[in-house]
Amino acid sequence: MFASSRNSRFLAASRLAATAAMVAMLAIFGSTTAIAQPKVLRVAMHADVRTLDPFWTTQTIAAIHGMMVYDTLFSSDTDQNPKPQMVDTWTVSPDRLVYTFKLRDGLKFHDGTPVTSKDVVASMNRWGKRDGAGKQLMGYTKSLSAKDAKTFEWTLTEPYGLLIDTLAKTGTSIPFVMREKEAMVDAFQQIQEVVGSGPFQFSRDEWVPGSKTIYTKFKDYVPRKEPPSGHAGGKVVKVDRVEFIWLPDPQTAQSALVAGEIDYLENPSIDFLPMLKSTPGITLAVHPAFGTMGIIQFNHLYPPFNNVKARQAMLYLINNADYLNTISPDKGLQTLCFSYLGCGVAMETDAGSEAYKGPKDIARAQQLFKEAGYNGEPITIIHATDHQYITPAGLILAQQLRKASFLKLDVQSMDWGSVVARRAKKEPPAQGGWNIFITGTTTLTSSSPITHVAFATNCDKAWFGWPCDKGLEDLRKKWAFAPDVATRKQVAAELSRKAYEFVPYVTFAQWRNPSAYRSDRISGVISVPSVPPMWNIEKK
Amino acid sequence: MTAYILKRLIATIPVMVFVALFVFLLLHLTPGDPAAIIAGDEASPAVVEGIRQKLGLDRPIWEQFGIYVQNLLRGDLGTSIFSNLPVLTLVKQRLEPTVVLAVCTLFVAVLFAVPMGVIAAWKARTAIDRVIMGFSVLGFAVPVFLIGYLLIWLFAIELRWLPVQGYRPLSEGILQTARSIVLPAFALGMVYMALIARMTRASMLEVLSEDYIRTARAKGAGTWSMLLHHALRNAAVPIVTVIGIGLALLISGVVITETVFNIPGLGRLTVDAILKRDYPIIQGLIILFAAVKVLVNLLIDISYVFFDPRIRY
Repeated sequence: MFASSRNSRFLAASRLAATAAMVAMLAIFGSTTAIAQPKVLRVAMHADVRTLDPFWTTQTIAAIHGMMVYDTLFSSDTDQNPKPQMVDTWTVSPDRLVYTFKLRDGLKFHDGTPVTSKDVVASMNRWGKRDGAGKQLMGYTKSLSAKDAKTFEWTLTEPYGLLIDTLAKTGTSIPFVMREKEAMVDAFQQIQEVVGSGPFQFSRDEWVPGSKTIYTKFKDYVPRKEPPSGHAGGKVVKVDRVEFIWLPDPQTAQSALVAGEIDYLENPSIDFLPMLKSTPGITLAVHPAFGTMGIIQFNHLYPPFNNVKARQAMLYLINNADYLNTISPDKGLQTLCFSYLGCGVAMETDAGSEAYKGPKDIARAQQLFKEAGYNGEPITIIHATDHQYITPAGLILAQQLRKASFLKLDVQSMDWGSVVARRAKKEPPAQGGWNIFITGTTTLTSSSPITHVAFATNCDKAWFGWPCDKGLEDLRKKWAFAPDVATRKQVAAELSRKAYEFVPYVTFAQWRNPSAYRSDRISGVISVPSVPPMWNIEKK
Repeated sequence: MTAYILKRLIATIPVMVFVALFVFLLLHLTPGDPAAIIAGDEASPAVVEGIRQKLGLDRPIWEQFGIYVQNLLRGDLGTSIFSNLPVLTLVKQRLEPTVVLAVCTLFVAVLFAVPMGVIAAWKARTAIDRVIMGFSVLGFAVPVFLIGYLLIWLFAIELRWLPVQGYRPLSEGILQTARSIVLPAFALGMVYMALIARMTRASMLEVLSEDYIRTARAKGAGTWSMLLHHALRNAAVPIVTVIGIGLALLISGVVITETVFNIPGLGRLTVDAILKRDYPIIQGLIILFAAVKVLVNLLIDISYVFFDPRIRY
């Protein structure tokens, strides 16, 4: 009896101890069986979401944020063809001047109010005050008005051929639809509330600028019926929550992906690609039209580059391939590109590029600089020292120009923040101005002479460098008014020839940065050449 | 003592005024334009100018300074140009990770460094002393980011014991916070360990040669009693000074560790704001850091009284 009682007490104590141990273990390691865990997609983008107004800045990260929260009238499919998104049907008048659009059913903002054509009109007006392509479109707009709750009419002054393409743009400054309330805010002032009608809702309370940005699934979003293709088709959200985690250190970002702490890394550093490629469970993916193109921008206001001969001379000094081999050594990701409008895109053309493509010729360059009246004045290069590809590109340019010993260089190193301030200065180079700076653009942006700001040569209204050439401007207009793609391609070749004569800037290289993701944990990643969509991605 | 503390606190007012003025002028005379950064690379010059006007950056510098001082007097540190959030909100978001990292780092550093320094002094000029001092030299010489990457590789990638990055707030449980902070605390703690160990050794060596130590030994005091009770307490003033300076540095300057381990702290907030020319954040943070430095220095000075009875205020 005594022994039995002692045994039962021992057993009871053992059971209690085992239960306590189990509870403790569950408390420490967490239970995953009883409650269904929300599906969370953890993503590291190339930058941190700091600005919530996608019209307020041309930064790509603002467009990525916008693509989560807002919806667009049209979108581009994987081949960059415009497809309707919020728009259900539309008609075009025979003279191509009046476009009538009807919104599809079931569109709602995150606050539950329906999307109306008034919201659309106000949004397009706000966007048209900030975006380059939008301004161009608004320049040909006679009126834009709401006809009823779901119908709006866009009337043009001339048959501008890019209306639908412009509304479907997916690079930067995307024409998102906001509530009328936010869309009425001055275009140069940031909106306060983020209420869109896109597939995800912004979680303001959890936003820590410089650290994380959280989005949750918008349950009332009605996706299109078509399968997803690029940014077009049905935006079906298959996770409950998306967390953008800002990982400024590339080494840490790749380690976090390898350890499975994040599912998707938008822009892994090129140095880590071989390591990621060999890690089981990680897939590298890149859209064929995705890429970055370098730009060497000249100041057209001051000698020597106010003279076309000096700009042409640069084509004999700049060796395109040197940049590629330094910035993106992986041959599979390089394109030796001589097309002002980018390579691997519909408008690719290298017409007129013979001087640039040919062997480098210092003597010819010297002759051209002489004809330009160059007298050995210092050429001020403002060089950013804190940028992934602009920094090495600046060093290569300086080295290439040093080979031409007749040039006197003044390379001024500074951070990118100082470069963007300095390049806006119109003063002479010796008084705080500049002669050359380096930047870059995406292939998608450069593929349209309308969306690509550096291609504009409208003098005082042009981008930094202020190139001025009526011939090129006329050709840009001709391209925009071309009725079909075939005609646009013809005009693109003319544009290219003219650009190589005038040399508004010099492009260098084209390289592609793949994204990396845990293919053992997620599926359904959509391939796009611009801002990555987070819909359709499923957690395994 | 109270009079001394009050005097010191009043003396901080001109210091803070000077800091506010200096930071404002320094920022506005430094090259850079937040409007150009906000607008983005592909914005036209007209758009940049439009943003500059809306932000009031085109106004004369004295006018901008007047607005800044007015806001400061109301206790308003300003609003971030980029995120549109009050600087105080941003500071509150970042304070916990920074304080937890600083405290854990100091805890780790003091826990290891003081005994190391004491032992090195006690066994001066022996192999043990050389090993400890060799470790200290390594702590100084090896960059924090390298130690960080090595710790990540070993404990997060290979062994999978700890996370690579991120900070889990205390509200998620102390265990989660500890897991997220242990690697950064050790990586950062190495430098402070080295600093405190060397300072402890030097200070202890000086004290150990004093007459009263010899007297204590002659009276039969045990080794540990002699080291800890008689020597360490008297060697504490310079050690506490170094620890205090370390704390102030940790609060404001742990950018590399915060970046490598993705800790959303004040150091990263400062550097990000500098790179983006987010003037209100930089101004607000530098004023805050100056206040922390002043306060820590005051606390160090007060603590001397407890370690050295000869000091009186």
